[in-house]
Amino acid sequence: MPTVAPLDLEGHCVAAVFLNDVPHFALADGAIHGLDNGQKTVQANDGLLAAFHDAANDRLITGGEDGKVFAAKPGGEVAELASAGRKWITSVAAGPQGAIAYASGKTAFVRFADGKIKEFAHPRSVEGLAFSPKGMRFGVARYNGATLHFPAAEGKPVELEWAGAHTGITFSPDGAFLITTMQENALHGWKLADGKHMRMSGYPGKVKSLSWSVKGKWLASSGAPAAIVWPFASKDGPMGKAPLELGTRGNTMVTCVACHPSQDVVAIGYEDGMVIAARFADAKEVLLRRPGKGAITSMMWDKEERRIVFGSAAGDCGVIDITA
Amino acid sequence: MSDAQTQIPVTVLTGYLGAGKTTLLNRILSENHGKRYAVIVNEFGEIGIDNDLIVESDEEIYEMNNGCVCCTVRGDLIRVVEGLMRRPGRFDAIVVETTGLADPVPVAQTFFMDDDVRTKTKLDAVVALVDAKHLPLRLKDSKEAEDQIAFADVVVLNKTDLVTPEELEKVEETIRAINPAAKIHRTQRSGVPLGEVLDRGAFDLSRALENDPHFLEAHDHDHDHECGPDCDHDHHHHHDGHDHHHHHASDIHDVTVKSVSLRGGEMDPKKFFPWIEKVTQMDGPNILRLKGIIALKGDEDRYVLQGVHMILEGDHQRAWKDGEKHESRLVFIGRDLDAERLRKSFEACQA
Repeated sequence: MPTVAPLDLEGHCVAAVFLNDVPHFALADGAIHGLDNGQKTVQANDGLLAAFHDAANDRLITGGEDGKVFAAKPGGEVAELASAGRKWITSVAAGPQGAIAYASGKTAFVRFADGKIKEFAHPRSVEGLAFSPKGMRFGVARYNGATLHFPAAEGKPVELEWAGAHTGITFSPDGAFLITTMQENALHGWKLADGKHMRMSGYPGKVKSLSWSVKGKWLASSGAPAAIVWPFASKDGPMGKAPLELGTRGNTMVTCVACHPSQDVVAIGYEDGMVIAARFADAKEVLLRRPGKGAITSMMWDKEERRIVFGSAAGDCGVIDITA
Repeated sequence: MSDAQTQIPVTVLTGYLGAGKTTLLNRILSENHGKRYAVIVNEFGEIGIDNDLIVESDEEIYEMNNGCVCCTVRGDLIRVVEGLMRRPGRFDAIVVETTGLADPVPVAQTFFMDDDVRTKTKLDAVVALVDAKHLPLRLKDSKEAEDQIAFADVVVLNKTDLVTPEELEKVEETIRAINPAAKIHRTQRSGVPLGEVLDRGAFDLSRALENDPHFLEAHDHDHDHECGPDCDHDHHHHHDGHDHHHHHASDIHDVTVKSVSLRGGEMDPKKFFPWIEKVTQMDGPNILRLKGIIALKGDEDRYVLQGVHMILEGDHQRAWKDGEKHESRLVFIGRDLDAERLRKSFEACQA
């Protein structure tokens, strides 16, 4: 039977992550709570808006209302990486070689590990940011498409066009596909080799959570009463194929998905705070946490594939141990 | 969970550069009214108050990918409202200041079309500040000034000390021609009582039209604006001498928006609802606002309606009072509206 170690915090949890295998919860007020033999709290941004887990460097990159970018490391060390004035930092991402990217208004910034910062101005707002897993390349979700930049080199960016407002962005782990979430209830994708479009629509709500399964064979998504899981194993991705629908419930929506690090299993968090795990092969479900006070906003598996840390919009966070 | 959450009211402030928006904003932020406001501005600019809850945001108009040209939202507001609402305890209400040239429609539609924004907030009212001296010029050189007035629930006719009484009459007549349903306040230095611009409930169907004397009065043009405390002008009346049901844009120079006011008896719901759906589908792009109180045959409640372009909302409001005349009234504000066709088809829906 899975067990849940609850942690009740005040406010909306933006990111629930493991740093050095210690559960950390970053809240909208900018406080980061660590659970290592008791609760330790450090303050990063004055108002947290965006957070990204930098797995390679075992740190959480945060951006906020104070126009600043911080890196939070295990053990409560918080360092300011950049400041972009009074405007909100609305998106952050971490890339290869210690580089990070952050967005403020219509500008995307890349900060390299040596502290050098490069600016990328856009005609419209930078809505989402993601680094490609290969090479020094990052993508910007924007109105009417996405833009790919090569920050280590000079040269023109690559523009990918698709009408509509693109709000979030992710590369497949092999770098072959670029997927955006949209203001409409849909995902859009590009096969980067030939620019072929992929339309993934039919969601009753906006898609706000995406998670790639091991080796990028599947892409799990929120935005429906079930986790919608698109097949990406073939070279053309999900074109012409139907997605899996896992963990379907009648009266609530999936708000967060987190794929298992090594198996074809996804942790699914719902608007009412329930968490389940579902297996792709046979759609078998296991209840991990009963409904709580708020929608699940963030989840992450630990390295041992034994625990899931989760956060909610109402602050009732915790750690699920699936082996106990 | 989200249903139980109280929706934060949002006031939208429009008006040309120099009309007095910043002065009004500074009053909202500094006066002792017991409420805390988060303010979304296009530029920090001249707001002389340091406040964590002033958010600068780049106007981003996003056309929805559904083939409807009038379905536009403000993408930046979706993001800012989402961010603000993650810490809702910090403020009681939100004010959105738009740029001088801003189209108020995408701002308003954001609060109806985006599910997340709609769950957490509700549009309270659209307030237009108008510079009494410069309005005629503004109307000449832009469509936006007219749109802002046409779309407003409340018009603050500011800087009245800079014009003669005759000029003021003319300006107010022009505003009234563009938008007969808005409440007009004559002010100097944006000195309108804040209670007249905040917490109006103009989009709240249960309150809609209750605080809208122009709409409820029997004769559209035979009345005057609501007076603020600093308003000392003589009341006047327009006498049209005949009872026509629509204002024509053509009689005032540089005005292209017109309103169509319809009145009828009890409506057959089987005819009325398909009709209003069809009108908003077909004429939606030309309709800036619509408001209505409908008497439905066999229904003890007043049915209230309001709309923005193709968005239509309606609900039962309250029971008709004893002695209250069961009549239906509907006002369209827009461009290129065929008043005669609307009137005939409206009247054909009567029971």
